[in-house]
Order: sequence, then C-alpha cells, then structure tokens
Amino acid sequence: MLYHPTLKFTVFALGLLGLGGIAQAQDAVNLRMTIWSANEAHLKLFNDIAAGFKKEHPNVTVAYESLPFDTYTTALTTQIAGGNAPDMAWIFETSAYDFVKSGALYPLTDTLKAAKGYNLEEVSAGATERWTQDGALYAYPFSTSPFAMFVNNDVIKAAGAKTPAEMIASGDWTWENAIATASAVGKSGKGGLVVRDFNYQNWQYLTSVWNGWGASPWSEEGKTCSMADKPMADALSFIHDAIFTKKAMPGPGEMVDFFAGDAAMTITQISRASLLPKDKPFSWDLVPLPKGPAGEYALIGQAGIGVMQSGKNAKTAAEFVAYMTNPENSAKLSQFFPSARKSLLNAEVLKKTNPLLSQEQIEKVVINGIATGKVMPGHSGFAQIQQMVRSNLDAIWRPQADVPGTLQNICGQIGPLLKR
Amino acid sequence: MAVAHQHHETPKAGTPPPFWTIARRDSLAGFLFIAPQLIGIITFVLVPLGLVFWYSLHEWNVLANTFTFTGSQNYRMVLEDTNLLEVLGATTIFSVGLVVLNLSLALLLAVLLNQKLAGIAVFRALFFSPVVVSLVAWTIVWGFLLQKNGGINGMLLMVGIEGPNWLREDVTAMISVIVVQVFKNVGLNMILFLAALQGVPKELYEAARIDGAPAFKQFRRITLPLISPTILLTSIITIVGSLQVFAQIAVLTQGGPGLSTTVLVYYLYQQAFQFDYFGYGSTLSILLFVIVAVLTFAQWQMRKRIVFYEN
Repeated sequence: MLYHPTLKFTVFALGLLGLGGIAQAQDAVNLRMTIWSANEAHLKLFNDIAAGFKKEHPNVTVAYESLPFDTYTTALTTQIAGGNAPDMAWIFETSAYDFVKSGALYPLTDTLKAAKGYNLEEVSAGATERWTQDGALYAYPFSTSPFAMFVNNDVIKAAGAKTPAEMIASGDWTWENAIATASAVGKSGKGGLVVRDFNYQNWQYLTSVWNGWGASPWSEEGKTCSMADKPMADALSFIHDAIFTKKAMPGPGEMVDFFAGDAAMTITQISRASLLPKDKPFSWDLVPLPKGPAGEYALIGQAGIGVMQSGKNAKTAAEFVAYMTNPENSAKLSQFFPSARKSLLNAEVLKKTNPLLSQEQIEKVVINGIATGKVMPGHSGFAQIQQMVRSNLDAIWRPQADVPGTLQNICGQIGPLLKR
Repeated sequence: MAVAHQHHETPKAGTPPPFWTIARRDSLAGFLFIAPQLIGIITFVLVPLGLVFWYSLHEWNVLANTFTFTGSQNYRMVLEDTNLLEVLGATTIFSVGLVVLNLSLALLLAVLLNQKLAGIAVFRALFFSPVVVSLVAWTIVWGFLLQKNGGINGMLLMVGIEGPNWLREDVTAMISVIVVQVFKNVGLNMILFLAALQGVPKELYEAARIDGAPAFKQFRRITLPLISPTILLTSIITIVGSLQVFAQIAVLTQGGPGLSTTVLVYYLYQQAFQFDYFGYGSTLSILLFVIVAVLTFAQWQMRKRIVFYEN
C-alpha cells in the first residue's frame, strides 16, 4: 500500500538532492529533457545538437532522459509531482491540452522570436494551434509526422495478393481492397495489417483508419461525444469484421511485428523507417493511407517540446529549445521528425534528410500528408477519457460483439468528462 | 562486568546520584540498537502514511501546481464512485482465489515434500526457486506464454485443444493473474508449512496408528491442529500480499478486459498517476490501508478459535 507514497517521497528526496548538487557547481547549468525515444540514431542527433549549443553557451550541459513510450506521460507527471520536474519535456499531441492549459509550461513565443534567424512565421498556424493559448506558444511542435502504410511486398506476393503499389496504379487503393490483401496474407499464416502501437489498448491509433469514414471520437470543440454516430459505428464494424471474420488484422493478444518481416502492412509514422531490418531486408514500400468511404484523408501525429515553468533555468531552457528547432537544426531533425517549417517542406530538402525514401514517397506521403492531414484527437483530461473508452471498447474486441450498443455506452460514460 | 560497574559507580554519601545509571545506560543501548530500524520505519512508513492522509484531504493538480484543501470531498467521492464497487469485487475475487489456491497448494506440496526420499531436497529447491526470481521478469515471461498465439495455447494445440485467449476474456484473465501469482509465491508458504510439519512430534502419529486411526484422520486430528499457528501466519501474509498485487496486473492485463482485473491498488495507481488525481488516489490508499488493517485484526482475533496452541 505504501509503495507509491514511498516512491513519491523518494523521488521528492532525490529531487532535493539534485537541486543541492546543481547549486554547488557555480554558474554551470545542467538542463534535462525527457523524451520517449531511446533510438540510438535519434539520441546521437540530439547530443550533436546539445554539443552545438554548448559551443555558444559553454556553461550549459543538456542531458536527455529516455522514458518508456507506453507510460511516458505518467512518468513525466510523477516526476513533476515528486518535485523533480525536467527542464524540458516532449509532449504528446493527445495530452497537449492538459499541459498547455494548466500553466505548467513556460511561454516560448518571445524567446523564439528573439532568436537570430529563427523565422517563427514560416511555421504554419495549423501546426501550432494545439500548442497555443491566448496568442502565446507554449510548446514547439518539432515533429509533424504523417501516418502512412509501410508494405512488405515479399509477403504479399508470396500470398498471391495485389500489392498496394499495383492498386494505386490502377486507382483502387481503398480500405476494402487493402483489407482483401491483408486477409489473403493473414490466411497464409503471416500477419495481415498491423496498426502499430494500438495493441487493443491505445485506441487513438485507430484514428488512422476511422478518419477514412469521416469518424471522430468527439466534436470539433470537444464538448460532445460522437463515438455513437454512424461514421464511427461503420468504421469500427469494418475493423471488427477485418479482425474476426477476414483475419486481416492480428487479433487481441496476438503479437506480430511488421519490421521483423511477419506482416503484410503496418500503419505508423515515417520516423519508424529506422526500424526497417538491415540484416535481412525485404522488399518494402511506403504508401499513403487507403481511401475510405469518406474519400482520401491523411493523419498527422505531433510532438511538442515544452519548457517547464517550475524549472530554475526556464529561460536558458527556452533558449535551448530555440536553438534545437532553428531552421538549421530543424532540417537535421526532419530526417526523423518532419518539420512544420514551410522552407523544409519540399521534396529537395526532405530527400536529402530521408535517404531511405524515394522522391515519390516523399511527395505523396510526407508533403501531401502534412499539407492535408488532421492532427490526432486530443482532449483535456485525456488519460482518464482514454482509459474509460479503452475499458469499454474491450467489449468490441471479441468475435460476437454489439458495436453500436458498446459505442452508446461509451458516449454515456465519457459525455460528462468531455463537458468539463 | 555489570557487577564491576556497579561497584565502581556506587555514589559517595552527599554527592548527587550520577545521571548514567545502569538502567539508563541499558535503555540507551537498547534504543541505539533499534534506532536504524525505527528511523527506517518513521521515514519510509509513518511519514508517508501521514502524508498520504494529508494529501487525501486535498485536491492536488500537479500540472497547475495547485494544492487546495477540500476536506472530506475525496471521501465523499469514494461513496459516489460508480466503478469502485466493480473494483472492490475484482479485488475480493482475486484475494479469495489467491488465498484458497495458494494455501491449499502450499500445504499439499509441503505434505508431499515432507517424505524421506532420495533427492527430495532437489524438489524442495525446485518449487521454492520462483520465489527468488524477479517478479516483473517472471510476469513478463508468463505474459508471453499466455498470449493467444503463445506457448500455453501452443502446447494445448498439440493435444488438439484450442485454448482460450487467456488475458483478453473476463474469467480467464482473472484466473491467469491468480495462477501466475500463486506459482510465483507458493514456494514461500510451502517452506513455512514444511518447517511446521517437521515440528510435529512423530510419537503422536505412532500412537494414532496403534489406535487404528487412518491417514486422513491423522492429518485432520494431529497435523492440522499442530500446524495451525503456521496456517494463521501464512494466511495473514498471503491476504495482505494479495491486496497489494500490482506488477502482475500492470504487466499482464492493465486491469482489463473492461474492469475485470482492476484491483484496488491498480485502480488507485490509475487515479493518482495516470489521471493525476493524487488527492483521490491518496484517499483510495487510505481505504486500502483500513481494509488491510481490519482484515489483519480480524484474523488475529480468530486465532483464539482456530489456532490449537501458541508457542
């Protein structure tokens, strides 16, 4: 029972010790940024950027702390609760509202505008919308990454099915046909289509599918539940059918890894291209999401960097964020995290930083995706809404399920939370 | 030594008695001996317990950095929380299932391993070994085995049975977390029972045999009464442990499907650490503390009735 309070106390005590340590080294500023990537290539780039900042500010050292992706926000708020908040933190687009509205973040607009050559104006208003409150930017959206479909052509051809490239060429790259291919592969013993990171827990990743039906979990202004509306019921019935009848998607509790060569297709962000196997490569492709009944669509995942208001060195931390996301460093970052800067959104620049992708993939998937994509849904109090929807959606993830009835239940439960 | 001291320190007439009398020195030594443990308990048990109670009277918004006194509001929320009944139900099923299965299996293993056979020590070590394995590592491995296409269903398929989706169906998910926990800790209770069984005097069995008592009757009339203090001890440890289960739920089911495996500790973790309701989470942990305290007290009272003798 005392595990958590004890933990909290320990974190608090460690935080005090940490502050003591900083105070002893005169003038030296140690900044810490929490991130959810532990990818070596990402970390090398971040460390290079930190080293560049140190050249101009010899007394400032920046360290990155990788926290597990699945429990990132929980770990971050626990650090804050324990009085051991990082100086800077990555923030998911889904929890952006909580952080921006709470006053936990240091306003960045003035620092960014004052940075030499920063050119904040070229960052599109659409990209900064979620991170802005009363005209001030509270976190910089350093990653505006479209969701796309990675394809394993070897597996699809072995199952005798049509590849997405063939379907795109003949103009019938639709969800119906995508699932037909996934189903053929699924029945051949390999996995069909994997919506990465969904795992029957993180339902928000299904947005990459249901946006094709024009569905959304709640209304634009976030006050009304729209899970029980027809587009969502149709989309989830389609997904249910794809899982349990067509065997086109791995069922609950089945583990299939696309990047290990075990599935036909996976929906994820292009930054995951770094996971493509180098030892046993397969013939892969990257294509836009298929057309749904509501037409063509794109989805963007965003990630912001915010500076914690409570930090002692918030001003220096904001200067580091300005350095990290200036045009020059944004170009470097965009090989993993596409930038929302207009000057970087052209095929020439993106080709240089994304050697794995072809010119066509960059134009169709990245540039077009960022230009037309909607951002993943988010809401204040997201963690609680997420959990409430998750536990109710479990009723859908079984062969016999009442999809519309379950969605009605969900709206009944999250309705009051949305209105808050 | 003590006598020498006494002789040496006998006060002379007219001078006040010295402050460091034998009794005071002894108690100082005593306090110094227990000080490390006492400081530990104060720092890591009593202070956090007090803090949790203090937090439970507040609404603590971590992000906005506000800490507002709300009095009994969080306690009223406990009464209004519609999920809590389901959570307490899951907690009860888990605890009862765990205690019954754990104690009966531990006793059965202890009786079986209480034989004088060659190589019996190997078996005792084997059944005890999961106790020393890291809990999270143990649970992660079981998580893989219990997947739909995991090891257990693979083995079932070899004998022609299509296994259930263990962690994704209400009933099998609960059974799975109970069994994983039982296999992890049954060795500890088994060793305690084994020690108790070996403490039962052999003459009693001999006398019973001469009187013609069958084996089951010997077990019921001699073994059970004589190991009853150990049964009480193990049941208290197991019930208290079962109410604190967290890692298995977090790794295997995250409380699902639905709320079917959301036990109280996991629920309070969600409230405090995932939803940032630290005040309400603290209130739930006070509730858990009261439940554990009441159950332990009740069991302790019951010893007068069920425990045959106490050392």
